[in-house]
Amino acid sequence: MRRRLDPVVQLAAPALLVVAVAVVGSFTPLARQLEFENALVRTAVVVALYVFIGNSGVISFGHISFVAVGGYLAGILTLEAEQKNFVLPSLYPWLRHTHVGTTPSFALAAAAGGIYAFVVGLALMRLSGLPAGIATFAVLGITYNVLRYWEKIGPAAQALALVPEVGIWTLMVCTLIAIAVAFAYQRSRSGRKLRATREDPAAAQAAGIDLYRQRLVAFTLSGAVAGFAGAMLVHQLGTITTDQVYLELTFTTLAMLVVGGVTSLWGAVVGALLISGLDSFLGDAENGIRIGVHIDLPDGTRLVTVAAVMALVLILRPSGITGGREVTLPRGRRQEAAPGRAPVSSPR
Amino acid sequence: MSFLQSLIDAVALGALYGLVAVGIGLVFGVMRLVNFAYGELITAGGYTLAYLNGQPPVVAILACVGVVVALAFLQERIAFRPLRSASPATMLVATFAVSFLLQSIYLLAFGSRGKIVGTLGSLNQAATIGSVHVRWISFVALGVGAVLLAATTLILNYTGIGLHMRAAAVDFRTARMLGVRADRVISLAFLISGVLAAAFAVLYTVSNPLVTPDLGVQVTIFALIGVVVGGMDRLLTATLGGFAIGFVYSLVGSELPSDKSVYLPSLIFGAVIVVLLLRPGGLFRLRRVTVERV
Repeated sequence: MRRRLDPVVQLAAPALLVVAVAVVGSFTPLARQLEFENALVRTAVVVALYVFIGNSGVISFGHISFVAVGGYLAGILTLEAEQKNFVLPSLYPWLRHTHVGTTPSFALAAAAGGIYAFVVGLALMRLSGLPAGIATFAVLGITYNVLRYWEKIGPAAQALALVPEVGIWTLMVCTLIAIAVAFAYQRSRSGRKLRATREDPAAAQAAGIDLYRQRLVAFTLSGAVAGFAGAMLVHQLGTITTDQVYLELTFTTLAMLVVGGVTSLWGAVVGALLISGLDSFLGDAENGIRIGVHIDLPDGTRLVTVAAVMALVLILRPSGITGGREVTLPRGRRQEAAPGRAPVSSPR
Repeated sequence: MSFLQSLIDAVALGALYGLVAVGIGLVFGVMRLVNFAYGELITAGGYTLAYLNGQPPVVAILACVGVVVALAFLQERIAFRPLRSASPATMLVATFAVSFLLQSIYLLAFGSRGKIVGTLGSLNQAATIGSVHVRWISFVALGVGAVLLAATTLILNYTGIGLHMRAAAVDFRTARMLGVRADRVISLAFLISGVLAAAFAVLYTVSNPLVTPDLGVQVTIFALIGVVVGGMDRLLTATLGGFAIGFVYSLVGSELPSDKSVYLPSLIFGAVIVVLLLRPGGLFRLRRVTVERV
């Protein structure tokens, strides 16, 4: 019975955590609420990373390019046509004249991220290990470079501003969607096959699993989730710049995933929320806060501490805070202590 | 600006990136660790030089080497030693974290506006040979690069510890069973890579004198790309890869029409993807390596 509940718990635990963050956030004043929203957006990005990296075991530095594409597309499409004539006069006419509502823009961003990832993945999924990492990084470099200088597809080096914003509840629902998609994928036939290749590529292929195909499926899906998260990012802040979706976001989200535990959805969510929380807390401490004692840290300690904590967690717990495991209900005592009967080992 | 001139500059930048590639490749060889925080060693060297402006160059350079090597040992001791048995992805992300940590310390300590290095500024003057004007630094970079690479090769090929290092690079566990001392070999790898980072810092800051907290990151990214494109497993191919990326970057950059030059990174990255797809084991690898099954 307990085992049957496991999948429910595995989905419910991260979902409840996200809901809790949103609920707590909704009671806070507006300036503080932004930080909770930001944490939700980052969680969605990390979940997108998890769909590919966690299930395939191949590292990708390129996912933030899908976030960027999704974010820019959603942002540009939701601006009114008159606004675009004014602020983005050199845009391609079809982009300049098209206007969609906020909700369709999320779907379009997901589609764009998915298509981009599919095209990139067609070529890149043949690689694994470090060459794969470097090649995906090259994709990120190209995306950044093109978005930064090509004025026909976006605002180039300027910030894209005045994008309609959404509230914390919408963001919560979006993050839940991302988690649900990741969960459904990891329980699916394709997800299980991919995890088999992660554990032992040679054995999995010998058992008839098409490594390339399964990786491509996961890469496309996680690209779509990343594009979706990009739309969340742009609609949360109302603005986006190319530097926002480049190296720093790549490294912080990857670090969140690894600190939480790469191989589980629970790890992805916990890592993202914990580091976001630590980040905001230290940001406050720089301005001086009271929790029992008065804390006032010098400016810049936030970055140092967050980096130090990440390094420390990795040194002390190389497989992440959650150990890369999903949440399970505590097993009944009798089952394990029963003499003469081997404890039922969980199938891995 | 003649083609020959750009060619010499390109060779010089290639030699510099070759140094970084050796620094990254050596550590990767013995530890299977991609040290992303390598660039922060270079940055540390740059700041040391900037703070010793006005001192005699010899003092500044020695101090630079000292600081960088000390930091390299510190990185190894505190961060990477506990992670020796962790998975490659964890190690890589740990080096990100170290890189981040050092960058934010630099930001906190030295500010974001950057410091100017003036130690060897006189090397920026051009030497005129016929109709070609080449800055002295290009020759110096080439010379120093060649000497250091040769010295590294000599250490690896003709000393006992060099032999141990090569053995460790082939198969770390077996080498240890045969009596190679892990800590000594790894320390030497970090020592050499530290010296190379310091040399890079001295030479690079002549033509790019502004030292900012993220100086090292850009360099490391490109050198690392070069190393992987060239072929990580062997030091020679890694070095050639580093050289190639510096060479191509400089040459394409100077030959590209100026309205297209903003897309230079895209061109380089595109070429990198193509090379990786065609030769995932490395551009300069001669033999095909069989995939290990067990």
